[in-house]
Amino acid sequence: MADLTLLQAVNSALHEEMTRDDNVVVLGEDVGLNGGVFRATEGLYQKFGAERVMDTPLSESGIIGAAIGMAVYGLKPVPEIQFADFIYPAFDQIVSELAKMRYRSGGDYTSPVVIRTPYGGGIRGGHYHSQSPEAYFCHTPGLQVVIPSNPYDAKGLLKAAIRGEDPVIFMEPKKIYRAFKQDVPEADYVVPIGPANIVREGTDVSIFCYGSMVQVALRAAEKAAESGWNAEIVDLRTLYPLDIETILNSVKKTGRAIVVYEAPKTCGYGAEIAATIAEKAIDYLEAPILRVAGLDTPFPYTLEYVYMPHPARVYRAIQDVMAY
Amino acid sequence: MSMIQEVPTMTTKEKPQRAIPEGLTPFDLKQMYEAMIMTREYDERCFKLQRQGRIGFYAGSFGEEACQIGTAFALEQKDWIFSSYRQPGVAMHRGVPLQTMVNNLFGNAEDIVQGKQMPVHYTHKAHHFLSISSVIGTQVIQAVGCAMAAKVKKDDAVAITYFGDGGTSSNDFHSGMNFAAAMKAPCIFALVNNQYAISIPVQKQTGVEVLADKAKAYGMPGFQVDGNDILAVYKATREAILRARRGEGPTLLELKTYRAGPHSSSDDPSRYRSKEETEYWLKRDPIALFREYLTEMELWTEAWETEIRENAQARLSEAIKIAESLPQPAWETLFDDVYSYVPQALADQKEDILAHESGLELTNEGEFPL
Ligand SMILES: Cc1ncc(C[n+]2csc(CCOP(=O)(O)OP(=O)(O)O)c2C)c(N)n1
Repeated sequence: MADLTLLQAVNSALHEEMTRDDNVVVLGEDVGLNGGVFRATEGLYQKFGAERVMDTPLSESGIIGAAIGMAVYGLKPVPEIQFADFIYPAFDQIVSELAKMRYRSGGDYTSPVVIRTPYGGGIRGGHYHSQSPEAYFCHTPGLQVVIPSNPYDAKGLLKAAIRGEDPVIFMEPKKIYRAFKQDVPEADYVVPIGPANIVREGTDVSIFCYGSMVQVALRAAEKAAESGWNAEIVDLRTLYPLDIETILNSVKKTGRAIVVYEAPKTCGYGAEIAATIAEKAIDYLEAPILRVAGLDTPFPYTLEYVYMPHPARVYRAIQDVMAY
Repeated sequence: MSMIQEVPTMTTKEKPQRAIPEGLTPFDLKQMYEAMIMTREYDERCFKLQRQGRIGFYAGSFGEEACQIGTAFALEQKDWIFSSYRQPGVAMHRGVPLQTMVNNLFGNAEDIVQGKQMPVHYTHKAHHFLSISSVIGTQVIQAVGCAMAAKVKKDDAVAITYFGDGGTSSNDFHSGMNFAAAMKAPCIFALVNNQYAISIPVQKQTGVEVLADKAKAYGMPGFQVDGNDILAVYKATREAILRARRGEGPTLLELKTYRAGPHSSSDDPSRYRSKEETEYWLKRDPIALFREYLTEMELWTEAWETEIRENAQARLSEAIKIAESLPQPAWETLFDDVYSYVPQALADQKEDILAHESGLELTNEGEFPL
C-alpha cells in the first residue's frame, strides 16, 4: 500500500499505464519537462521520453484534434487540458469529432481518447480557473464523463478509462488534489467505469454528489447525525453512464434526495438526477428533490466561498427535506 | 522583397549619437523612463504582496517594460487596447488609475468588478482598455472586430492587441490575422515574444525561426523588433499606427524580449530553464539599456532616478494601504452584471442566500496554484 494524494494517484496511474502499454502517450501544455502545472505528469517525460510525453503548442483544439488522429492510427492518447476552463477551444473537436467517430464510421474507427482535466473551484482562481463544465459533456452522446473524489478511485478509474474502448472526459477535482492521502494498493487494480459508490450508508436522506463535493456532503452528514438524521452519501464517480440502479435503490430506502454540485444550478447535472428520480421513483418520495449547487453567475473571485456549495448549505437542505 | 525587416536597435554601436525618434521630445523620453520604472516597481511590489499572502495571485512583466511603454506611448486616447494579463505598464500608462488596478488585486468593494475577476485582470472603459480574459488568444480576434467597427464608423481609431508567443498557436490568433488582413482592419498585433509560454520555449511553440514571418502568409507587413529597445518599439508601433490610420491595414510587430521572471507566482522556472540563459537576458534589461541611452543624452541623473523610484514606491504604498483597508464586496454584488436584468432563477438564488447565509462565517480556503 502507498499513501497517496489524489494528484499522486493520477500520476501513478499514468506511470503504470505507460509502462504497461507502449501505445499510451501523453500530450498537452507543460506536461513534459515541467511535469504539468499541477505536477500530474511529473517524471513521465524523464521516464518515457519526448516521443511519448509531448509538450504541445498552446492550442486545445490542436491537442484534442491531434489526439483523435493518433487514436484512429492506434495510439492511446491521454491529453491533458491544463484547466477545464480552457477546454472550450477544443469543444468542436470533442463534441463534433471525438464523440461521434464510432457512430459515424459504423464502428470502423474509434477514438478512445482519455482527456484529463482539472476542474472546479475553491482555489481562488476566478472565472477562468474554477469552472465545472461536466454537464456540457454529459449532454454529448458518445462521451463518458468520469469524476473521482478520492485517491483510490482516481487511480482505478483512470486506469479503467485508459484501458477502455470509448472516449472519456476525466475531470479531476483540483481543490482536493492534495487535500488528503489514502492507502492505494501497489498491485494493479481498476475501478470500473459506471458503478457509483455509497461512501456513507444512511436511512433518512440520500445525497448524490461527485468530485470535491463528496467531502462537503460528508461534513454536512456529520452535522446531520448530531440532529439524529442519518444521511446516505452516494458518490456517483461516473456521470455518464450513470448508475441509475444505485440511485433508485438509495432513494427507495430513504425517501428523500438532495443533489450537490458546484456548477451553476440551472441545467446542471443535478437536474438529470432529479428528473431520473422523478421519473422512476416518485412514489417513494417523502419530500421534494433539492439541488444544492453553484449560482447562475460566472464563477467569482473574492466571493467564491459564497458561490460554492458548502456544508452549511447542504445541511440546510437536509433540514428542509427532513422537516417537509 | 521580404516584408521582414530588422528595426535597428539602440544598442548598435556604430551609431554614436542616436537621434530622438520622430514624435518624441526629451521630456517624453524622461516620461517613458519613468513609466518603465513605475511598471517595474509595481511588479516588484505586487509580487511581494503575493508572497506575503496579502493578494492571491500575481503575474509580473519583468523585462517586458520596453514592449509595454514603447507601444503605449505611440497610442492615442481614442485607440482601443485588447491586452493580455502581462501588460500592467500599458494600462497604467494609458491612464488606468493606480488605485483601480490595486483594487483589482485585492478584489475589494471598490474594485470596478467587485472582486469578480482574479488579480491582474483589469478593465477600464474610459481608456478603452477592455476587460482582460485569462483565455489565451481570445482578445486577438476581438481587437480585429473592434478595428473593423472603427473603419465602418469612419473613425480613425486603431485597436492594438497584446499576446504572447504561446498566443500565436491559438485559433483566435489565426482568425485574427486572417480577418485583419482580409478586411484591412486598422489593427496592430503586438506579439510579445518573451520566448516562453509557461515552461514551453518558443522553439517548441512553432516551426518558424522568426515569428514575424507569419505576417507574410496572412498578407500583412510584419516586423521583428528588439523588444528590449524602447525606442525601436516606439518607432515600429508608431509607423504601424500611422499606416493603419491611413487605411493601409494591419501590422504584426514581433517584440522580441525575455520573460525575466517566473510565469506567475505559482511557477518555478528552475524546472525548465537554465540560470545562464536568464542571466544572459538580465544583462539586456530594457530599463538599464534605456538608462544608458538617457545618460548619453544627458537626460538621466542618479538623483532623478532616486526621486522617481521613491515617488513610485510612495504612490504604491498609498494605493495598497487604501485597497487593503477597504472591505470585501457585499454578497449582493455577486448577482450584478450577469445580465442587464435579473432573471427569476437568479433572483431566487440571491434571496435564498441572503436570507439564510449572510450570518454565516464563511471564508476562502485554498490557494491558487497557477
Ligand atoms: C486557452 C488557454 N490555454 C491554456 C492556458 C493556461 N496558460 C496560461 S498562460 C499560458 C502560457 C501563455 O504563454 P504566452 O502566450 O507566450 O504568454 P506569456 O504568459 O508568456 O505572456 C498558459 C498555457 C490559458 N490561459 N488559456
